[in-house]
Amino acid sequence: MTSIGATVKEPGSSKNYKTGSWRTFKPILDKEKCIDCENCILFCPEGCINKDYDIDYDYCKGCGICAEECPVKAIKMERE
Amino acid sequence: MIKVISANRALAEAVRLARPQVIPVYPITPQTSISEYLASFVADGDLKAEYIRVESEHSAISAAVGASGTGVRTFTATSSQGLALMHEILFAAAGLRNPIVMGNANRALSAPLSIWNDQQDSISQRDSGWMQFFAENAQEALDFVIQAYKISENKDVLLPSMICIDGFILTHTVEPVNIPDQEDVDNFLPTYQPKHAYLDPKDPMSLGTFTDPDYYMEARYDMEVAMERAKEVIRTVNKEFEEVFGRKYDLVENYRCEDAEIILVAMGSICGTIKAVIDDLREKGEKVGLLKVIAFRPFPQEDIYQAVKNAHRIAVLDKNISFSIGGVLYNEIKAKIDVDASSFILGLGGRDVSPEDIINIIKQTRNPTEPDVITWVGLKEEE
Repeated sequence: MTSIGATVKEPGSSKNYKTGSWRTFKPILDKEKCIDCENCILFCPEGCINKDYDIDYDYCKGCGICAEECPVKAIKMERE
Repeated sequence: MIKVISANRALAEAVRLARPQVIPVYPITPQTSISEYLASFVADGDLKAEYIRVESEHSAISAAVGASGTGVRTFTATSSQGLALMHEILFAAAGLRNPIVMGNANRALSAPLSIWNDQQDSISQRDSGWMQFFAENAQEALDFVIQAYKISENKDVLLPSMICIDGFILTHTVEPVNIPDQEDVDNFLPTYQPKHAYLDPKDPMSLGTFTDPDYYMEARYDMEVAMERAKEVIRTVNKEFEEVFGRKYDLVENYRCEDAEIILVAMGSICGTIKAVIDDLREKGEKVGLLKVIAFRPFPQEDIYQAVKNAHRIAVLDKNISFSIGGVLYNEIKAKIDVDASSFILGLGGRDVSPEDIINIIKQTRNPTEPDVITWVGLKEEE
């Protein structure tokens, strides 16, 4: 972004902004405990967990919904 | 060519000479005749511009921002309540770095409702990021518009300009005004070539984007840097203007300040009255002077300091009031310059200021009853 007039020349550039920087608590998944129920994938409001249960920390804001919804407590929220 | 015209007419003539391509305006007293003159210039083919009849001042300045965002020279004009309605978009125009030039006919703000002159309207927009230039007469109204485009469009500035003319006192009185030739103005002010933020299909970009905390402060800091740089650009443009048109301007005007013991500091049409009083008093041997502040933003603190540093005491005349702290110009001068000063609030809502009032202000400044007192000039006692 050019700061004079706050102009942006690159299309789709909002993805360059890593909203993961907002995070205070980071979700850590224990894949050994995971029962593959897909609850966290469905409930994540940011779509930050993929089918292999990898968490995209570039955009995960650390809301903790995944940890709350996990039926086997496989996700722990750790302070950044 | 010299014509006897009002400041509104002079300002409209300047706009015609500056050749803006888009003019969105909404009429409001005492600015209305500016919008009427411009409409007739466009209708008669004397000015090739898109004249947009908008439904409010908020729309007028919004359309100006949109037009300026396509990289064309843009003009609008308003007054008082209209300027207040523009408030939101004034900040957007400055932040988008749109070099819009606007005429503002200074008028009191409601309530109580008043169509008469004071300067509360533009002073209340001081933090919007617009440059503000206060004209003393119709000639300055014309000259400032032409120079404002050159200042605003300078790549080191890219901030909008507001030309302030006192409602009725200037807008509806006539005086001789030298109207420059189109050829001279074209040479002084060539067609606007946008170089920064504008919409062009060949070089696409987004304007007015959302900025998170990682970006916002830098954008605002750049505006502060630009406003400071504007001072030098104004001086350069003033010099170029003098070379072509013969009339000399600066951020401030020193009128018989050199050896003055008492200096009055004021903005706008009242400076004419003050100059006449000073001439009379000088003949009687009184050492008084006037510092006319032309550029209120950028704030010319160094120029003010140089002019008043040897005076015994200064009087700052404000046609505005920031409640519980006093006149805005007075407080800004006091904040930046260590000087003994008296504050006078006057002319609100069109209250007449006579030469006798100015003489009393000078007397009161020479012998202040108490330091830092704020005097409301001509205030009626409750019956």
